[in-house]
Amino acid sequence: MAEIVATNQTILVVGGGISGMTAALEAAECGKHVILVEKTPSIGGRIGQLYRYFPKLCHPTCGLEINLKRLRGNKNLRLLTMTEVADVQGQAGNYTVTLKTQPRFINENCTACGACGEAVKAEFADEHNYGLGKRKGAYLPNAMAYPQRYVLDPRIIGTADAEAAKAACKFNAIDLDMQVETKTLTVGAIIWATGWRPFDASKIQPYGYDRYPNVITSVEFERLADPHGPTGGKLLRPSDGKEAKNVAFIQCAGSRDRNYLKHCSRICCMASLKQATYVREKFADAGDVSIYYIDIRAIDRIDDFHQKVKADPKVKFIKSKVAKIEQDKVGNPVVHGVDTEGYTRYATAHDLVVLAIGMEPSVAANNFPIKVKVNESGFIEQDEANGAIFAAGCSSDALDVNRAVQSATASALRAIQVINRVAGTEG
Amino acid sequence: MGDMNVVKVEAYRNSFLKEVEANVEGGQWVKMCMQCGVCSGSCPLGSAWDHPPQELFMMIRAGKREEVLTSSSMWMCTSCYNCIVRCPRDLPITHIMHGLAHYAERLGLAPKNQPTRKFAKLFWNNLVKKGRVNELKLGVALYFMNGLVEGIKTALKMAPLGLNMLKTKRMNPLEYVGGHGIKDAAGLQAILKKARAIELAKAKKA
Ligand SMILES: Cc1cc2nc3c(=O)[nH]c(=O)nc-3n(C[C@H](O)[C@H](O)[C@H](O)COP(=O)(O)OP(=O)(O)OC[C@H]3O[C@@H](n4cnc5c(N)ncnc54)[C@H](O)[C@@H]3O)c2cc1C
Ligand code: SF4
Ligand code: SF4
Repeated sequence: MAEIVATNQTILVVGGGISGMTAALEAAECGKHVILVEKTPSIGGRIGQLYRYFPKLCHPTCGLEINLKRLRGNKNLRLLTMTEVADVQGQAGNYTVTLKTQPRFINENCTACGACGEAVKAEFADEHNYGLGKRKGAYLPNAMAYPQRYVLDPRIIGTADAEAAKAACKFNAIDLDMQVETKTLTVGAIIWATGWRPFDASKIQPYGYDRYPNVITSVEFERLADPHGPTGGKLLRPSDGKEAKNVAFIQCAGSRDRNYLKHCSRICCMASLKQATYVREKFADAGDVSIYYIDIRAIDRIDDFHQKVKADPKVKFIKSKVAKIEQDKVGNPVVHGVDTEGYTRYATAHDLVVLAIGMEPSVAANNFPIKVKVNESGFIEQDEANGAIFAAGCSSDALDVNRAVQSATASALRAIQVINRVAGTEG
Repeated sequence: MGDMNVVKVEAYRNSFLKEVEANVEGGQWVKMCMQCGVCSGSCPLGSAWDHPPQELFMMIRAGKREEVLTSSSMWMCTSCYNCIVRCPRDLPITHIMHGLAHYAERLGLAPKNQPTRKFAKLFWNNLVKKGRVNELKLGVALYFMNGLVEGIKTALKMAPLGLNMLKTKRMNPLEYVGGHGIKDAAGLQAILKKARAIELAKAKKA
């Protein structure tokens, strides 16, 4: 790996989702020197796992492509994938950071021809599809992956599969001797953009996510709708592959609940409204949607989208937090509860139930390599005590892409101010 | 205790919520309810209630004093705690149900023939006599709770079970005359009397 130059005028961005990419690009395009580290083999983060974006229903890959173009064209930005921050010492304007890079076992020669993937037999749960499908032990993380380079799963190293992969590669790109690499660098400011992770649905015991195959999460539903997903874009339910035409969405699954996440995850109302349109798009009038909610939180201009979906007679809104889910004999999840508008009791069967799962910070409060001040939900605070460590996107709060990107730009500006102070170009 | 009812109506005029907050165990939680409905949906006896907990909370806020306090709903609670466990706002719903029932009883508004209320009374009266529950007397009293005819019917139906219990020494027929108790039953009654006086003084002040 080529030498990395970094000084206390360098900005380190941790996490290569849409927020980290944005923060890194904004700073780099202002002429600052930036290092962007990403834990997984490819950047893009969780938006790469969405089928469409609310409110315009455009494809996330489109915005991602624009950012990748900006990234390729920028000499100030250095990207390190499969890398995490192991340690941070120091203070604003002068941090010593230790980066740890996992071996990819495949070097820059890779043309993404896919010969190694064909040669390898072992299969593993596909992270990109939230485990709904399988991928090979030599794989491209997803169709849009950047860098477009294969990866060897460390679990095949030392097996015949690794040798088979090496033998299959015509470009001499496979290097089975790659080791973990550790580097220590100096940087002036750090932008934390490690994003979010879906709340563990199996903790919501009455909903039976761990017991009923046809109770899935909203992030999994995005993968079912995506033509690049495990079902080729067909809405097929897990238990028997039947088309899921009658779909229920359960809002606040884990959010706004003192037993789980106290905060409102803010995006899940909009996500379910959007996913309701997926059902209607795929099945037209044969599609039926029921949204069980406490109250719909579609704020500001995005309420137009809410109103549009609400006008659809095939989308029913039931004001009720579902009490529990059971399963009938044919595998249909049956949702039980009381409707707040009239206090009527219901027990309704659906083909599929989607839990509009909450967002929690991907890095737990006690897992940061340096002490940072977080709020009671674990999101990073904008606080003097954090020195020159700034949060971007969902590291700072549960946000949609629009707000995540705004927050990323703000964090880039804050980091730039620190760097300018260090460089003496600002008073 | 109908007088206290008049006093409370006067004191809280238009704010039943405030009255509940000051007088009902757990009452200060009522305003925290966000009407999600998960308590009502989680109640195993839910279909037997006229007004599930969520609705009671809304009625309290809406000032439906009479309807709430004379309702049989909160008497249906079996203390299964399903609602407490699931409430996203940590409301101690079970306790509030009992608190409401208790307050209604104190004001003399509780429905007279509500079976849970009747049972509670029988149980209490039985217990305070000797400081121990006399199961035989309690059982027989329960049979006759709804009148003589029904009592005889139930007693006949339960007779074989009673005989079996006698045979296996699970029931002592002598308990019906006298029965066992604690050493100082009079002392217990004095304690309870005092406690009641303190409680009443507090209730009057609230
Ligand atoms: C079901 C659902 C549907 C949604 N639909 C929409 C929509 O239609 N429109 C919309 O605007 N928003 C939508 N959102 C919200 C959207 O997903 C987020 O706003 C967006 O992903 C935020 O991006 P981010 O970069 O902040 O975080 P992330 O996407 O989580 O990116 C974080 C990145 O950091 C990396 N990382 C994590 N930990 C480390 C570490 N320790 N070291 C290095 N790197 C690390 C991760 O691998 C990842 O690449 C939806 C959310 C859900 C749950
Ligand atoms: S955005 Fe909607 S579904 Fe999500 S936590 Fe908030 S209210 Fe609940
Ligand atoms: S579960 Fe809690 S918040 Fe929800 S309606 Fe019942 S008392 Fe209110």
